Amino acid sequence: MRGATLTGLGAHRTAPVDNTAVAARLGSSDAWIRSRTGIVTRGVAGADESVVDMAVSAGAKALAAAGVDAADVGLVLLATCSLPGALPHGAPEVAHRLGCTAAGGSDVGAGCAGFVYALALAADAVRAGSADHVLVVGSERMLDVVDPHDRGTAMIFGDGAGAVLVSAAAPGAEGGVARPVWSADGGQRDRLVADGSPPRMRMDGQAVYRWATTTLPALARRACDAAGCTVADLDALVPHQANRRITDSVVAALGLPDRVAVAHDVVDAGNTSAASVPLALARLVERGEVRPGDRALLLGFGAGLAAAGLVVRVP
Amino acid sequence: MTTTAPTEQDVLTGLADVLQEVVGTAPEAVVPEATFDFHLDVDSLAMVEVVVACEDRFGVRIPDEDLERLRTVGDAVRYIVDAGAAA
Repeated sequence: MRGATLTGLGAHRTAPVDNTAVAARLGSSDAWIRSRTGIVTRGVAGADESVVDMAVSAGAKALAAAGVDAADVGLVLLATCSLPGALPHGAPEVAHRLGCTAAGGSDVGAGCAGFVYALALAADAVRAGSADHVLVVGSERMLDVVDPHDRGTAMIFGDGAGAVLVSAAAPGAEGGVARPVWSADGGQRDRLVADGSPPRMRMDGQAVYRWATTTLPALARRACDAAGCTVADLDALVPHQANRRITDSVVAALGLPDRVAVAHDVVDAGNTSAASVPLALARLVERGEVRPGDRALLLGFGAGLAAAGLVVRVP
Repeated sequence: MTTTAPTEQDVLTGLADVLQEVVGTAPEAVVPEATFDFHLDVDSLAMVEVVVACEDRFGVRIPDEDLERLRTVGDAVRYIVDAGAAA
């Protein structure tokens, strides 16, 4: 069977907004928000940055980085949970606006884990020969979904988009995208919900924190097993940017060596749900903390509750 | 074989160990009347880590729904003893 590898990465970042306004609205403080979440600024989308607009922007950058013609893309997968309505889903418009004239288009829903799930499905599609190139995008306007007065979520979330291109590689080629591991606990479906009209998010923060910090270390080790490595062989850890304290807890539980680059994009971007993993990976690349060919563990987790992990080589 | 159920004092000592390990609390500050958030500076997320460590140490289950009942050290000690802590 042929392999799958990341050939391009693109980010669409929105305007950074500090904690002042949200702290005032919640009767909180900058120091309190930083201590609970690590967040200093979050990206906030403008009126001209819809979920699809941002996905197109990030997707175009990933295609340009890969040097692949949009017409050669076989499938576009969009991970999002913040489109303004149930239909249409976003991927067909993203494909259309990018000029992916031969591509199928579908959205993937797995909350904040959506990007990692979509990437896993994309890599399998490439390995199976269903497409030679799959564009995987995570794009979110989470500030459309949160209640601006909810102390449990209003300071956490942000907006943005990130994308990767997954391309076919020679059979048995080194690196690429490893097999995923995943888990889901639908018994905890009520822990993180967005419903109503317009949808408003409710989260049991302590329960989600417990689930994440007790589930992710084992999931991370399983993902490394699936890639034929151990956590000590990683060059980078790129978890969903939910809360800096979850990342710190997972790093401590795994006993990661200091030389492993750990993504903390939540500090600047906030929690951008399905967009956070590609945005955080792009930040590590921009800062020179990872290099092409480095081995990075991506972890997605969130509503469902659902999680997924896989190891990739940095494009 | 019989094992003696731990006393409240045993659980208090164990909880002080957990707090020192998880959040760096000085053991002498861990007294029954101390509140986690105000006196010990254990915020809601740190409390989750403390509870998970207590579950491992004492062999009890403390559901998320019960966390808000554990306001003071004394509340936690009684909860753990009543839940059937193992030595």
